[in-house]
Amino acid sequence: MEYLIIIISAVFVNNILLSQFLGVCPFLGVSNKVSTATGMSAAVCFVVAIATLVSYLVQYYILVPLDITFMQTISFILVIAALVQMVEIILKKVSPALYQALGIFLPLITTNCVVLGVAINVVSKEFAFGGPAHMLNLGESVVYALSCAIGYGLAMIIFAGLREQLDLASVPKSFKGVPIALITAGILAMAFMGFSGLV
Amino acid sequence: MARESNFTNMVVTLFAVCLLASAVVGVVYAVTKDPIAATELAKTNAAIGEVVPEFNNAPADEVMDVDGVKVYPAVMNGEPVGYAVEASSAKGFGGTIKIMVGFATDGTIKGISVLSHSETPGLGAKIDDPAGIRVQFCGKNPDADGFKMIVKKDGGDVDAITASTISSRAFCDAVTNAYNTFKSVAPAAPAVEDVEEVLPATDSLEVK
Amino acid sequence: MSKFGLITKGIIKENPTFVLVLGMCPTLGTTTSAINGLGMGLATTFVLILSNMVISAIAGLIPGKVRIPCYIVVIAAFVTVLQLVMQAYVPDLYATLGLFIPLIVVNCIVLGRAEAFANKNSIFDSALDGIGIGLGFACSLTVIGFIREILGGLAVFGHKFADADGALAFVLAPGAFLVLGYLMVLFNKLKAKN
Repeated sequence: MEYLIIIISAVFVNNILLSQFLGVCPFLGVSNKVSTATGMSAAVCFVVAIATLVSYLVQYYILVPLDITFMQTISFILVIAALVQMVEIILKKVSPALYQALGIFLPLITTNCVVLGVAINVVSKEFAFGGPAHMLNLGESVVYALSCAIGYGLAMIIFAGLREQLDLASVPKSFKGVPIALITAGILAMAFMGFSGLV
Repeated sequence: MARESNFTNMVVTLFAVCLLASAVVGVVYAVTKDPIAATELAKTNAAIGEVVPEFNNAPADEVMDVDGVKVYPAVMNGEPVGYAVEASSAKGFGGTIKIMVGFATDGTIKGISVLSHSETPGLGAKIDDPAGIRVQFCGKNPDADGFKMIVKKDGGDVDAITASTISSRAFCDAVTNAYNTFKSVAPAAPAVEDVEEVLPATDSLEVK
Repeated sequence: MSKFGLITKGIIKENPTFVLVLGMCPTLGTTTSAINGLGMGLATTFVLILSNMVISAIAGLIPGKVRIPCYIVVIAAFVTVLQLVMQAYVPDLYATLGLFIPLIVVNCIVLGRAEAFANKNSIFDSALDGIGIGLGFACSLTVIGFIREILGGLAVFGHKFADADGALAFVLAPGAFLVLGYLMVLFNKLKAKN
């Protein structure tokens, strides 16, 4: 039950993109076509889940015992950068098909703030999810991270669909490109606000 | 510009950069450690001073841990004058609400200060308004006055913030938690029952 | 480009927000008020100046293939320094900006300037470039925060000018996207005229 609440709250209610503004740059950059948006979303899900898992272990088995939690930002970003490289190398060897699909998005992910943002959130904030507030355990952290990434993907794919239609519309010159995309995103964010209070 | 890359110089450079960066951060950490602690202490002391009657001890040094909740005793010339309880509620709209509630020794609420919250700006964030919802609690004694710390919609005595019932409920919940902790420190009266149990389910539907 | 030009280019010509469209996350996430926007802008400027200078100094020593990881470590170090200093001296602002302070590490403006400018220019020029781009970023954030605060909170720099509730949507997520979108339209219009 608690996992269900985590999933609904992270995917819809507190959508990481539309209500917490993480990962907006790639959102605007690769959401021109549904196919690229889907590829990017899949790559983000993959990396966010592994990065959260590893940074959780780094936080509780290295930083906290040594009392050097102030090194959090540096160590997490290094973990993420190394991880993305590793995923790229492994994917290339193990599954060339998947690499073909996700490969070009992987280098972009190091600087996607969803990855670092979720990793830091998980180890620094208390979550309630219907029960008493507590720090997340390993299982909850990974489920939460994956749900955030799914919410990100959902918003991005919906948005890509909208933008494909938008390309066919005649838009005033000063609105072309990013401005009309932002205004559309604003309306989409309003729609997602309808989920608030759900959990 | 950039040098040729080979295995040795890549490893050496990365290692050196990491080492230097860690050294710099370590030095800054050592320098800012005390100011950070001092700032946090000052914040806690300011919140305590805001909510309890005048005191001349150092409550932060005499903090008591009651089931993970911090209770700061305020003492004036050796005579206890009240307690500041750092309580929280996870039922907020945007997450956890942390407050400091000051009680006189008889359980009368002397003041409330919001330490942190993540409620919606302009709506639930009004719990942080010094002239807002908290004023209704000040001077009330939940047991002696029969003051029910529940929003009116749920059959209590508290006017909720307009359009922010969830935040208001969470605020009441946090104050109730503080009061119950206070009770366990100064065990004179029975604890207030939890919100859910007090609430008759059909009450709000009855036509008056 | 003249030294003066390096400082002023970020405000209009190479404005990181409206022209280059970089660093969108803090732009949208922290501009609920003018003060928050200004605080975030100055925090980023601080990191940008220092990381630009250090990267310009060490660029010649770093092998090409590991330059990005090295830059990220340098940036992360300065971000951590900033976090510690803010915690010690401006804890309230630090609490308000929250997650977006550590996220300066992955702000594409900072890494972008390291890669596009600092690693091939002198330390002094890189510092000026950091000041210029940083100020441009701070200006845009302040303007967005200013507008959202007026519309959403009926206040100017924290001082309420009317005793009522504003259009709350502007303080919430949708308003961030809408205000930025319309400001960009305005910017495009003005640029087309010149």
